[in-house]
Amino acid sequence: MGIISRGFSGRRSAADAKLPPGQYLTTDFPVLSAGPTPHIPLDQWEFVIDDGTNVLRRWDWKSFRDLPTETFTVDLHCVTRWSKLGTSWEGVSVDTMLADVKTDASYAMARSYGDYTTNLPLKDLRNGQAWIAFRFDNKDLAPEHGGPARLLVPHLYLWKSAKWVKGLTLMSHDKPGFWESLGYHIYGDPWREQRYSGDE
Amino acid sequence: MMWRVGTVVALQDETATARTITLKVPDWPGHIAGQHVDVRLTASDGYSAVRSYSIASAPNAEKRVELTVERLPNGEVSPYLTQELAVGDRLELRGPIGGWFVWRTQQTEPIQLIAGGSGIVPLMAMIRSRASTGSTAPFRLLYSVREPGAVFYRDDLLALSDCYNKVSLTYAYTRIPPKDWPRPPGRIDGALIADVTWPSNLAPTCYVCGPTPFVESAVGFLSASGNSADKIRTERFGPTGDRK
Repeated sequence: MGIISRGFSGRRSAADAKLPPGQYLTTDFPVLSAGPTPHIPLDQWEFVIDDGTNVLRRWDWKSFRDLPTETFTVDLHCVTRWSKLGTSWEGVSVDTMLADVKTDASYAMARSYGDYTTNLPLKDLRNGQAWIAFRFDNKDLAPEHGGPARLLVPHLYLWKSAKWVKGLTLMSHDKPGFWESLGYHIYGDPWREQRYSGDE
Repeated sequence: MMWRVGTVVALQDETATARTITLKVPDWPGHIAGQHVDVRLTASDGYSAVRSYSIASAPNAEKRVELTVERLPNGEVSPYLTQELAVGDRLELRGPIGGWFVWRTQQTEPIQLIAGGSGIVPLMAMIRSRASTGSTAPFRLLYSVREPGAVFYRDDLLALSDCYNKVSLTYAYTRIPPKDWPRPPGRIDGALIADVTWPSNLAPTCYVCGPTPFVESAVGFLSASGNSADKIRTERFGPTGDRK
């Protein structure tokens, strides 16, 4: 236990029991981004899966939106310590997008408009754990929250859920993305409180 | 990352709702202007709460770290830090954190700082760092505040902003300007950005910090003035404004 803060009692709520360590509940939807919000016209949007050399799959907005979609309700946990419970989304499962891709890769780099990147093990993108989401709360996803479409991997800290996502590069070895190169954890499990590099 | 213990050596009110806390942290490893720390409060039964705060001070040899905390109306940690905490108290913190929204003393290009409200804190660390290292990088600050009484670091800004015009300072008041102020009160707009920020052909690096809607609009005006996205770094806080 840390040093007792004289006169501090804190504010606890029943909902805190559902939160990962060190998180607090918010009903807002705060925004954290490193730079300007890109605005991508739908007729210029595309999503590409590649292996670093060759394009394996490519969708424009229309062919992407022809894919089967899922609606899902998940909890979000941001490394800046807010958590938002029970958010509802619509998107395409990454399983669907990887269905016809033959690969031996174990990792992926998500790439975004605006040059953001974030790395994940490929297994964390499979088995119903990740989506390319384009609707939030029954509305088209707003640009500041990553619209037209963002990656959503709710079991990891939210920086892994790349906004404005435009593709996945499959990799045989893990490699740090943007925040992972700047002191944040390579994997980012909120339940193990993997915030910063060096956290267990 | 390990928790460190700092001792409060000074407290200073910046405004009616914001206070600067000066900590002496004996094992502080040093920081870069723009970085932040996590602060942890622990109750007597072991319950703890952690929040992040930007560092306001320049790196220094005395291992002092200054944080300026704005009191949020329904906050859990900020009311304690701005009202309960006393000189001599010990406070747990870890950091420094963040390697993106930083100004390094080796940078020599023009720097454009744009602050909305308490977004001034990490930008002040950059201005102080520039001064303490003798950097000659040209700085401009556009500081949007509600009213004169809401300005943080007024005296320091005045002292640091007139040295050979290398740090120029423009205030923009959103609600109540001082008497005879030339610009009517209001949010920053494209005309103001075009008027008081560096011309984009000088390729300034821009740092914008403030509430999310402020950052979104400021960045929009910077882009419209010809600044490229890869020269604009942002730090946002608070909700988007569309409360559920």
